[in-house]
Amino acid sequence: MLSYLARRLIESFFVLAVMSLVIYALIGLMPGDPIDIMIFSDPEMTPAEAERLRAIYGLDQPIFERYLAWLGNALTGDFGYSRLYNQPALDILLPRLGNTVILMGLSFLLALAIALPAGIYAATRPQSPVDHAINLLAFAGISVPPFWLAILLIILFAVTLGWLPAGGMGDGRDFWADLRYLALPVMALTIATVGGVIRFMRAAALEALRQDYVRTALAKGLSGRQVVLGHVLRNAMIPVVTILALQMGNLFSGALITEQIFAYLGMGKTIYDAVIGNDYNVALLGLLLATLTTLLANLLADLAYSWLDPRISYQ
Amino acid sequence: MTGAPPPQGLLAAEAAHAQGTALTVRQIFWRRFLRHRLAVASLAFLVVLALASAAAPLVEALLGVDGNLVDLFNAKQPPSPANPLGTDELGRDLLVRLLYGGQVSLVVGLAAALCAAVVGTLLGLAAGYYGGRLDALLMRFTDGVIALPILPLLIILAAIDLGKIGLPQDLVTSESISLYRIVFLIALVGWTTVARLVRGATLSMKTREFVRAAEALGASAPRIMLVHILPNVVSPIIVATTLSIGGIILLESVLSFLGLGIQPPLPSWGNMLTSAQELIWDAPALAIYPGALIFLTVIAFNFLGDGLQDALDPRALQSED
Repeated sequence: MLSYLARRLIESFFVLAVMSLVIYALIGLMPGDPIDIMIFSDPEMTPAEAERLRAIYGLDQPIFERYLAWLGNALTGDFGYSRLYNQPALDILLPRLGNTVILMGLSFLLALAIALPAGIYAATRPQSPVDHAINLLAFAGISVPPFWLAILLIILFAVTLGWLPAGGMGDGRDFWADLRYLALPVMALTIATVGGVIRFMRAAALEALRQDYVRTALAKGLSGRQVVLGHVLRNAMIPVVTILALQMGNLFSGALITEQIFAYLGMGKTIYDAVIGNDYNVALLGLLLATLTTLLANLLADLAYSWLDPRISYQ
Repeated sequence: MTGAPPPQGLLAAEAAHAQGTALTVRQIFWRRFLRHRLAVASLAFLVVLALASAAAPLVEALLGVDGNLVDLFNAKQPPSPANPLGTDELGRDLLVRLLYGGQVSLVVGLAAALCAAVVGTLLGLAAGYYGGRLDALLMRFTDGVIALPILPLLIILAAIDLGKIGLPQDLVTSESISLYRIVFLIALVGWTTVARLVRGATLSMKTREFVRAAEALGASAPRIMLVHILPNVVSPIIVATTLSIGGIILLESVLSFLGLGIQPPLPSWGNMLTSAQELIWDAPALAIYPGALIFLTVIAFNFLGDGLQDALDPRALQSED
């Protein structure tokens, strides 16, 4: 088990290293470079001065050598400065990573809390009106454009009803007041996530219901509830956990849109602003942290998998 | 199921696969598909939508308006005989813009899904048929791509200066470049589902007698993959591709909404919503219609894919109820 964990961690770091090179190269292909921006803000600058600055910042070097220089600094914990915020990139991103984890975590738990009972309820009554209704709602959740849904939620809850703030963040002083700011983003991200989870859950439960052990359990006289809770639920969870782990990247994408519309200071919005604002260091580090988060989520799902299914042992 | 009352609850799930029928596969396909009323209705809706979008220039001519003509004195007008749905924030006819946007969304959805399916099919065939190191490498790569946070990555890819990677300047500055770019980007990340499905199906196909026979007769590996295996794994490819179109249209709308997808003046339902947050107050129709069309189109493709899955899934053939 420990050696498996160690191997997975090493693999994750390898993926991260490859990603950092790829993203570094991609960001080098974005329009303009830092010196172009300096020229833009200082029209008096001569071409010779611009060249001198390029040499100082190492921008005249080939991209691979620049990457190695960046990597050397990164390994000592120096990820460069943010151009937009004039602070170290890491100091900008870490608190925002926390905000995104809160947003994603709450939405994910809420989606699970809705999807588990709904999916199993639908699977135990296939082709019934309730099954059709749940299926229809699940499809609606998958198909609604997340940004449009968020706008509709703002219209309903912030403007028409006036119950919740339309966007922004709490100031961290009053927990309950801060929670009001989270309500709409979490609702939007949950609706965008829950449909898919319901469909996975329903399919997995249907599959589990077909198994012989269910027939055995029914034959020995267990009630439907006992069969579902004791036999179907745990077996249905196994495939669902795998699929959910793969959804982490998707969830992050959903969080980006949600954060953007509700002006929620999370990683997604920060990465987007950094790309639009040519803030290379923040964009690079942000994407790496996002990748790291999804890799760790996958690893956690793998561990949950072996906990749910003791037959699986990792060597 | 005559006489005895139909079983309820768990028993229904138990009994659902206990019966069989003697129909041809094609008959079963049509019976199962047509029984899926939502899938049939979705297909009808998509056909109507495609025809209406294709007829956009005709509608433009009939109404006597120009979909690209900016007329600020005529902005945000309510519906009138000349503009059946009113005008947008720049005074352009909303109906015509929606239809042209439909062309873009449908073309992007179909083209990107098709490209992704081709890439995924080729990689899946190669991984499944050759096996070994190649298989391990390709599947590891697939797992890696699936786990990535796609949207942030696409945002960076969409921001790349195409001139810097050596594309000719007249192509980079052409108006439809954003269309090609988004199809390419979505195909780049969207091939994984099909690749895994095709790999799995190929693994089970390559041990079948007809494949062994072809190998014994000396058929080349590409011939076996494309002539003998591919036709047998077409159903899951069709289902997965249809189901992916909805997600692709959503992704396109998100990128366009964020200003990184289809670039104005080329309309797409996503970029028509870019300023929806402000417009919602004085011209709600401008924020409602494009979003509702995205929603309906995506859900229609999802229902269609679901119906096809039920109709084509060979495992489900025995459980004809």
